[in-house]
Amino acid sequence: MTNASQKPRWWSDYLPRPAALLVNGLLLAGAAFALFPLLWMLAASFMAPGEASTYPPPLLPAHPTLANYRELFTHAGMGRYLANSILLAAAATALSLVFNVMAGYAFAKLRFRGRERLFRLMLGALVIPGQVAMVPLFLLLKQMGLVDTYGGVIVPALASIFGIFLVRQYALSIPDDLLEAARIDGASEWKIFRAVVVPLLSPIIVTLAVFTLLGTWNDFMWPLIVLSDQNLYTLPVALASLSREHVQDNELMMAGSVLTTLPVLIVFLALQRYYMQGLMMGAVKG
Amino acid sequence: MTGRERVAPSRRRARRRQVAWCFVAPALIVIAVFFVIPVVAAFAISLTDFDIYALADPSNLRVVGFRNYVELLERPLFWKALGNTLYFVAAGVPLSLAASLGAALLLNSRLARFQPFFRTALFAPVVTTVVAVAVIWRYLLGTRYGLLNYALSSVGIAPIDWLGDPRFAMPAIILFAVWKNFGYNMIILLAGLQSIPNELYEAARIDGASAFARLRFVTLPMLAPILSIVAILTIAGYFQLFAEPYVMTQGGPLQSTLSVLYLMYEEGFKYWNLGNASAVAFLLFVLIFGVTLLQTRAAREQFAR
Repeated sequence: MTNASQKPRWWSDYLPRPAALLVNGLLLAGAAFALFPLLWMLAASFMAPGEASTYPPPLLPAHPTLANYRELFTHAGMGRYLANSILLAAAATALSLVFNVMAGYAFAKLRFRGRERLFRLMLGALVIPGQVAMVPLFLLLKQMGLVDTYGGVIVPALASIFGIFLVRQYALSIPDDLLEAARIDGASEWKIFRAVVVPLLSPIIVTLAVFTLLGTWNDFMWPLIVLSDQNLYTLPVALASLSREHVQDNELMMAGSVLTTLPVLIVFLALQRYYMQGLMMGAVKG
Repeated sequence: MTGRERVAPSRRRARRRQVAWCFVAPALIVIAVFFVIPVVAAFAISLTDFDIYALADPSNLRVVGFRNYVELLERPLFWKALGNTLYFVAAGVPLSLAASLGAALLLNSRLARFQPFFRTALFAPVVTTVVAVAVIWRYLLGTRYGLLNYALSSVGIAPIDWLGDPRFAMPAIILFAVWKNFGYNMIILLAGLQSIPNELYEAARIDGASAFARLRFVTLPMLAPILSIVAILTIAGYFQLFAEPYVMTQGGPLQSTLSVLYLMYEEGFKYWNLGNASAVAFLLFVLIFGVTLLQTRAAREQFAR
């Protein structure tokens, strides 16, 4: 390499070095591998019915059309499923935020008997896969009359050990003096939480909100089990059932996949910074 | 100090303790009722013959001890599902980790351009909905019009019935899982790479170490603790294979992609043999727990030295 002050002597100095070419070439190939299925989904969703099932398989629609989307909303009830998904993801996120943020803050900053032991116990419970609880949970919700209702879908997402952990780790950095000063001023614990703690925790609250939102939106197995009324289906459950009926309708299914994945991709792109932070904090727990 | 002043703070402390419980109680109650109790109940139910008749009338329920487990271990289908799941874990985890590590190393390279773009692009599949992207891949893997076979045909490889041939269905699902998941660990490993002090590389360079030697003797040893955490989490996650075969192959062909969790779903929520399903779920849990424990112990011994 030449120094910046030196004039490049050869035309080849203007070209990237082979190593840089290799690194960037490989990154480009990786990005193509990661994005190609998503881009093809988008392209195929605008193809005319049957167009994707021709040889050689086309990459782009010859005459882009919205027919598949129209078909989904008018005949496949996609508007209903989209509304279900939005409603359930929003409700689960809002409720679980209240529960997890309160508990996470208390585990970090409020003193009560057995706090440390309880926290360690909860972290230990993280190794238990959620599916172990599914059969009894189903029976319990059946007793409560919550099977085949919106409530039944969000109940398991209402509080999460991971969420409490995330908030606690972040809340540990709140200075005790600040809380003590508010107490001396006569503020109640509830007032301190609302006026002092929540604003300080807002970055981790956004992180947790993104995690919960994407988690409930993408969840498949539990809504599949607890819902049998088609009118209550979330997008993933509806898409799985549609794809069994419409095996041959590539273009229609791709439009359905776009409607299912695009909202989460947009939320992720908008709030990427917060998402990545949560991901990093989550990995430290191991 | 007067007595009154000494009492007041302690009373305030007691009051604060009560408030603290009010803060944790809602979350703890939800976790206890909808998670802890069901896990315990899962074991209890696995010791009964809970089926569709018991679902209609609990008086039909009988305690059968470990019969569900014994019968399960005698069923070829359970071993098939277990074998498939182990195949998925044993092949899928190393491939996923290799892809994650490779991508993280490339992103961390000083030569890499447009890092934010590449990072986001490589991560994008992670946030997508499994069901939706599994549907996409089902078409990409199609025998006649699938783009993968079309690409392979250009290098002279005859069409492969990826999802219809018992030999290829699991490899196809593994390929899909690697595509879907490698970005997650990539981000964690990238953070690990960025925390390796630069002086170590400088020293290695002064000693004349080649790029490969620096990778082998600086990067990988420094990254080992994070790599082992990532491996433990990924293995535990891959044992829970379900949505991919449900959408792409429905467990077929010839049950070659039937996973343990898929078996639990079918036993429990298709045939309503809830006692059996609980036994399957519990065996899966014991398996995951055992593997995690072994790995954590191995990792601890290795890094304690």
